Amino acid sequence: MQVKSMHFKATSSMKLNDAVLQAAMKKTKGKFVDGRAAAVAEIDVWQDIRTHAASLRDRVINNLDAYLIEFERNATLRGAVVHWAETAEEANAIIVGIAQRNAAKIVTKSKSMVSEEISLNDALEAVGVEVVETDLGEYILQLAKEPPSHIVAPAVHKSKEQVADLFEAAHHRPRTLDIPSMTREAREVLRSKFLGADMGISGANFVIAETGTTLTVTNEGNADLVTTVPRIHCVVTGIEKVIPTLEDFATLIRLLPRSATGQNAANYLTLTTGLKQPGDLDGPEQMHIVLIDAGRTKLVGSDMKEMLRCIRCGACMNHCPVYQNVGGHAYGWVYPGPMGSVLTPTYVGIENAGDLPNAATFCGECQVVCPVKIPLPDLMRKWRERQFDQALRPFSERFSISVWNAFATRPALYAASTKIAARVASWWGGKDKLITWLPGLDGWTDGRDMPAPAGKTFRELYAGRLSQPTRSDRS
Amino acid sequence: MKVGLFVTCLVDLVRPNIGFAALKLLEDAGCTVVFPESQTCCGQPGYNSGAREISKVLARKVLAEFRDCDYVVAPSGSCSGQMKVHTVEDLFKGQPEQAEFVALAAKWFELSDFLANVLKVEIAPSTTSVVTYHDSCSGLRELNIKAQPRMLLSAAGATINEMTDCEKCCGFGGTFSVKLGDISTRMAENKCVNIAATDAKVLVGGDLGCLLNIEGRLRRNGDNTTKVYHFAEVIAGMAH
Repeated sequence: MQVKSMHFKATSSMKLNDAVLQAAMKKTKGKFVDGRAAAVAEIDVWQDIRTHAASLRDRVINNLDAYLIEFERNATLRGAVVHWAETAEEANAIIVGIAQRNAAKIVTKSKSMVSEEISLNDALEAVGVEVVETDLGEYILQLAKEPPSHIVAPAVHKSKEQVADLFEAAHHRPRTLDIPSMTREAREVLRSKFLGADMGISGANFVIAETGTTLTVTNEGNADLVTTVPRIHCVVTGIEKVIPTLEDFATLIRLLPRSATGQNAANYLTLTTGLKQPGDLDGPEQMHIVLIDAGRTKLVGSDMKEMLRCIRCGACMNHCPVYQNVGGHAYGWVYPGPMGSVLTPTYVGIENAGDLPNAATFCGECQVVCPVKIPLPDLMRKWRERQFDQALRPFSERFSISVWNAFATRPALYAASTKIAARVASWWGGKDKLITWLPGLDGWTDGRDMPAPAGKTFRELYAGRLSQPTRSDRS
Repeated sequence: MKVGLFVTCLVDLVRPNIGFAALKLLEDAGCTVVFPESQTCCGQPGYNSGAREISKVLARKVLAEFRDCDYVVAPSGSCSGQMKVHTVEDLFKGQPEQAEFVALAAKWFELSDFLANVLKVEIAPSTTSVVTYHDSCSGLRELNIKAQPRMLLSAAGATINEMTDCEKCCGFGGTFSVKLGDISTRMAENKCVNIAATDAKVLVGGDLGCLLNIEGRLRRNGDNTTKVYHFAEVIAGMAH
């Protein structure tokens, strides 16, 4: 996917004034935030499960090579072919090769964020393959020619009216705003694609080392049709998605739907293990599993390795006050919100995503809701440290921090200068005691006044108080 | 009991009344309060801007300034979080100085927490205001400051009318408020809408940064009547 993260600041300002987006974002809050809170409250050992899941994911990341090899062995035993791709280009070449060798004309896809990372649809379409997204949200976005704005609810930014327009143009049927009718219409259109597809491509929420199983969590059941109907099933996923056992999946699935959508269970858990066997009514004749690095090994063993725990629930963005106000597209790449603000610089380079780690107040909500306890603010701060050390932020920002620190480490200078500053700023505030414009601080004063200082600093007044025989005598 | 007052850079520069309110509350409760005059900043602005080494210099400075105090109290959850959590768990983690910062963290308290849970003060009724309370993020999520200021405000006679999303960030975020001013302003605006939906005419909080941010947006919107106070000012009877 084309990287636009360098435009975060300008895009986010635009998104703040996008009425359709703003209305859509408000509606989702109830479902994702309140829904999660209710679903989490059902489990009295929630914090224990989080702790367990975090250590489970850490164990995987610390032994990633061993678990991946175990997965490869077990998947291969059951007839799958495991492919290793170091880069996005390699992954696309492998998948395009599979499609071409098998003369695939129609490919159905269930939702895969990794495929967005590597721009898989573009690569397949470039060789003449028709790619059909079958997750309803992804299908809408494919019609709109837009990237997802959320990792779980990709079309969360779209209004019903916008979807109706897209459907009318694509399906040539009478426009309707009745949501059940709209979804039925999409099902009818997609049904022939499901049945006519030569190859199905799915992502994987997890892959299980002990059984060689790949696993998809959906609400629409489309992954079942993508993984079982076509003669070829291709799984595309990141190497960090491996977990040791089915038992571990039982733990993680208690966390995932609750954190993602506030559901205590997702509608469909699609586990695919190996090929169609004699006597099976359906199932693929070929199964390919493409395990993608594309930057992930850079995190293994690094000071940001906790990021690889991520199970892609989206809770961090759902609760992020920045995401809630600007939506996912502002972040300019596949992964928005706090997890994206850590991952995007890693995968596309900090020079292309410099605003993202700074797009946080460090309110801490993301860390509190993360089901695998990723310390997201700390990881964003680590990016800021690298930016500071490598002089990657604007000069004015680094300069003001350096000046502040130079004064703060020199108490006499600090006292003298704040004494003057308090007076000047107080005078600047005028009779309303409000500063409406401050040079260099327009970021603040464009949208807010600055309440003016009282005029004297605490330390001045305190020194004055000490020289009078008042309250301090009592102690 | 010798209590060091860490007044915070914002209170020192902008609203000294909050510092004097904290001082009064502590002295009324029988504490011997000292104010080390060399104090400046806890280092958080540098820390959150990536200037890690400089923030460590400032943290060491604070440590030295309050070494001979039994307790340190600050009218801010944000600076308290910096000194109680981030020095121990990050800046000096695994380093020889960590033990000293663990000791500092153990005696360092955010003001409402200290008044409610250490001193267990009795607050004299001094107001009949209907207020709404904004929970500042660091205090709430790093230090579990939630019930303490509400309990103190109720004891002081205030009626608390909770706003929707009282735990949502106001958008201040230190340098965030300037670096990404448009988003910050929108978050402050959301807060203003939620305040207006209550019948409280007074906004109370525990961190001056957030209060300046929200007040700044209220005033820019032409709201000159909603009053904005730190809880210390209200419960000390110094909200004026």
